[in-house]
Amino acid sequence: MSGTRPTGAIVGVGELTPTRTTSGKTTLGMLAEASRLALEDSGLDRDRIDGLLVGPQVGETPQHVPATVAEYLGITPRMSNVVDLGGASGPGMIWRAAAAINAGMATAVLCVLGNHREPVPSRSPNRNPIREFDVPFGASGANTAYALLKTRHMHDFGTTDEQFASLAAVSRANAQSNPDAIFYGKPIDTAGILASPMIAEPLHLLEIVMPVAGGDAVIVMGAEAAEAATLRHAPVYLRGAGEMVTHRAMSQAPSYTTGPLKPSMAQALAQAGIGIDRIDLLSLYDCYTVMLAITIEDAGLCAPGQFGAWAAGRDLSHTGDVALNTHGGQLGFGQADLAGGMSHVVEAVRQLRGTADGRQMADAALALVTGNGATMSEAVALVLGRDR
Amino acid sequence: MTIHPSELIVPGPTPTGESEKFWAGCRDGELLLQFCERCEHWVFYPRTVCPHCWSDRLDWRRAAGTGSVRSFTVVHKPGHPGWAVAAPYVVAVIDLAEGPTMLTALVGVEPAGVRVGLPVAVRFETVGEFVLPFFAPVPPTA
Repeated sequence: MSGTRPTGAIVGVGELTPTRTTSGKTTLGMLAEASRLALEDSGLDRDRIDGLLVGPQVGETPQHVPATVAEYLGITPRMSNVVDLGGASGPGMIWRAAAAINAGMATAVLCVLGNHREPVPSRSPNRNPIREFDVPFGASGANTAYALLKTRHMHDFGTTDEQFASLAAVSRANAQSNPDAIFYGKPIDTAGILASPMIAEPLHLLEIVMPVAGGDAVIVMGAEAAEAATLRHAPVYLRGAGEMVTHRAMSQAPSYTTGPLKPSMAQALAQAGIGIDRIDLLSLYDCYTVMLAITIEDAGLCAPGQFGAWAAGRDLSHTGDVALNTHGGQLGFGQADLAGGMSHVVEAVRQLRGTADGRQMADAALALVTGNGATMSEAVALVLGRDR
Repeated sequence: MTIHPSELIVPGPTPTGESEKFWAGCRDGELLLQFCERCEHWVFYPRTVCPHCWSDRLDWRRAAGTGSVRSFTVVHKPGHPGWAVAAPYVVAVIDLAEGPTMLTALVGVEPAGVRVGLPVAVRFETVGEFVLPFFAPVPPTA
């Protein structure tokens, strides 16, 4: 990347008048006020904003901070991040915004910081909208949210319990080629998955990932620097990327049957200059069967509502015509908290290097990797390639 | 099993300065939503700026309190132990007549009687120290 430099321009500024205390206000609300002032100062249309950089642990929101701020502002950024640099966070946001723009991930990035200050410290630090408007009605945790997706998919398309369960059965079958998988040595068929306890109708226990302890790490370099270095394995190239955030609470989701991975995957494939038909390995985030089903459809592998027929007509193992989650996916391998998403990256790298012992694909050149956060809200797609 | 709200001992809402009018409305038996005077969209949940146009000209207006089920789940294993006494119970997302969506629990209906598109209306119920906007089918089925 020698010879390139970040470029960018500040086009609007907004600042709230400092006060000692802010009785009744929230940090989310104050961020919105500052954002509105900056937009007004810029003269831009609000819909031009397509990137978001925020500080960590925004007031009432200890987790999922960018998604919560994006939802609050009614925007769906294609790039978002927490910038956690203490007093340097503001300046740090400016080059990140410029870098993101130069990378083609956004065109107008909102960088915003702020905080409320109560006269008396609040009893609970968690006052974000999902805590106020979802939890009091008995909707705690991810199971309820993903169940809402499955209900609506079945309603709109007539998809069946058996079709969803078949995806978990594929994951279990693939896990039998991976001694590290939590379900290695424990295959199960569709009927067995449907016989598992009902958790949040229509979600069965075995349509949900198994939480495990574990971890994943990846070291990334520039392509030219990697080629100049002495490495143990050939580099795996980032050929394309896409990202979108749409909401935090399921009650605010724009759709229950398609998600932000759809445009994310389309962008990643477009940057790579290939169609989905060129992909050898699908390494798709599968916290729940319904998430995997919608991802298959959003990838354009089949029409909406047709994942069941698509899966039924294919061998999805590492020797099949389309390889899907060859390490077992999280449904078969296990989900080590946030590392669960990275396990899909690691498996793709192993397959592309030719080091997926015991489950190596014959000629894997291109992999599609997806990540998903909250409930079909925080989406990232990558195309990884054996060749540059 | 159906929910008996008065018997629930569960986490309540954590009202903020932005939302206190909404919760006060519930206490008075009114479903209040914000209405953007600039772009004329209704807004839920309460905010300081409109999520559609970023105007701060948000007014509070009484909503019809009706809508239909966008999707639902019958919760057998609640994420919070306080809800165990009600399980299995129905959590639903409602498409409100004014446009916004709202998550709630359904009362006055057996789980088997719920479907996508079911017409519902707000039914205010006291849970602990709060009055919450639960929803029930219209006309009532249970």
